[in-house]
Amino acid sequence: MSLLVTKELVKYFGDTHAVDHVNFTVKHREVLALIGSNGAGKTTLVNLISGLFPPDGGQILFRDRDVTHESVHGRIEAGIARSFQLVNLFDQLSALDNIALTIFSRDHKTKKLVSLASADGAVWDEAYEVLRLFGLDAKARMLAGGVSQGERKLLDVAVAYALKPKLLFLDEPTSGVSTREKAPIMDTVTSVVRSMGISAAIIEHDMDVVFNYSDRIVAMHQGTILADGTPDEIRRNEAVRTTLIGTADAH
Amino acid sequence: MSTPAVAASAIAREAGSLRHVFRWALPVAVILLVVPWIVPQYTAILLTYGLIMAIGALGFNLLLGYTGLLSFGHSAYFGVGAYVVALMVKYLRVGSMELFLLGAIVGSVIVTAVFGFVCVRYTRIFFGILTLALSQVLWSLAFKFFWVTGGTDGLRVPTPSLLAGLATGTGDKTDFMSHAYYYYVLVIFFACVVLMWVIVNSPFGKALQAIRDNETRAEFVGVQIWRYRFVAFLVSGVFTGLAGALWVPLNGLTTPDIMHWTFSGEIVFMTVLGGFRSFAGPIVGAIVFNYLKTYAVGYTVYWQLLLGAVLVALVVSLPTGIVGTAERLAARWKKGG
Repeated sequence: MSLLVTKELVKYFGDTHAVDHVNFTVKHREVLALIGSNGAGKTTLVNLISGLFPPDGGQILFRDRDVTHESVHGRIEAGIARSFQLVNLFDQLSALDNIALTIFSRDHKTKKLVSLASADGAVWDEAYEVLRLFGLDAKARMLAGGVSQGERKLLDVAVAYALKPKLLFLDEPTSGVSTREKAPIMDTVTSVVRSMGISAAIIEHDMDVVFNYSDRIVAMHQGTILADGTPDEIRRNEAVRTTLIGTADAH
Repeated sequence: MSTPAVAASAIAREAGSLRHVFRWALPVAVILLVVPWIVPQYTAILLTYGLIMAIGALGFNLLLGYTGLLSFGHSAYFGVGAYVVALMVKYLRVGSMELFLLGAIVGSVIVTAVFGFVCVRYTRIFFGILTLALSQVLWSLAFKFFWVTGGTDGLRVPTPSLLAGLATGTGDKTDFMSHAYYYYVLVIFFACVVLMWVIVNSPFGKALQAIRDNETRAEFVGVQIWRYRFVAFLVSGVFTGLAGALWVPLNGLTTPDIMHWTFSGEIVFMTVLGGFRSFAGPIVGAIVFNYLKTYAVGYTVYWQLLLGAVLVALVVSLPTGIVGTAERLAARWKKGG
């Protein structure tokens, strides 16, 4: 049974068919990679599913519930969370505050006007635990805007993770970081995802990352799904090899 | 509780530590308590004006400093507070300060809710222009409906009774204003400061700061932006309305001038002068601005020119405001020491 299903999902920007009748699925407890060249429609697809903007047609079902016209807040409540291609943090708050705020919001505690946030020990303890899970506990006091790019990428994922989602969309979690930093980031992210039994859909350009860390790969091209299969199937897929990977013999 | 968990709670407590706040708040509170006994009455009355404006500026800064919304229309809520009091005197013959405050809170909640409903859907310049335009609507109503508002002549407000008649201003008005009314305002000022401090350090306050820092991300951690902005707008307006209600008995008269956008500009200026990035900034800015303006008015007929030049010099030389600069210097001194 699938966790997420899109049916004939459509998004046009003028004459451009950014997402063109896409039927996309994410299964329970899988790490899925979404690949494709720039402009293939990967980020647009994630934006539609996460509610950043509405589709022009089609349907989004999450845990058998139609969330096509649900607000961002409603989708988060349903269990969809995401990180961003360009790191999107509260830069003037500390790393710990970034996570704590997310937990306050998740638990509907941000409605409290007349109680001190610092008095809610359970939230801060959980926030620290999330940072520790992502190896960021040493940076708890630092402003989010002041940590390294790799750490910011991890913190971005940690913020989404703190919402306790069922499905986590990660938009290029290793972009803009050095080659040396990519493996530790992906090791951390995938181990957290797998140990918590949630699903992750990762947009990624680095084919080493894609083939090493994913259970299934969906390849997109010009707004449509080009191929869908296991890493081995995608590696052997002729259309993917010629369109996205080149000769791909290295894999 | 595990060791890391203790560390997390400790970091959180340190951030919003009461001890840290008391270190500077307590001496200031003591000074404010003895002021009427050590300074001339006129100076104490000027300080009362400053404290009242500080309440308004604190409210204003909930929007600017904590939510990232620059309002050019806070004169409207200040004016609503003042005019509600004046109209209660004119039509209901009310003389109790407590009833004035109650009326001003109700009035400013209604007006702020209507204005907020329209304004908080927008940000940046659109928000600023909308708030300004709406405040100008109120100003023109106060200006044109002279049979209700007194037009440019305004409405007089006599000295009110305090604490359900426990203190009345039947004797020397200057003495009453510089002592009984000063302490009345001071208590409300303390209450407002504590309340605002709790609000900005509450989970709600954290959500506002998140909206200020990164609206998109705030939405994607589940913060419903519009609602939080609306509540912040409401609280902000009520604080400023309360300031207007406290101001009018002290001034004895309200005119449409306090609803004009230039008065909104003064609220913006005093907040920026003190430093909108710090909690105490608007308080210090309001008190300093009030003294500067008063002495500039007394010194020359070209007081706007003088005041403008002084304020430009202050803002240019202290870009983080008086409090921001003082904090930076204190941190440098501490590091050096």
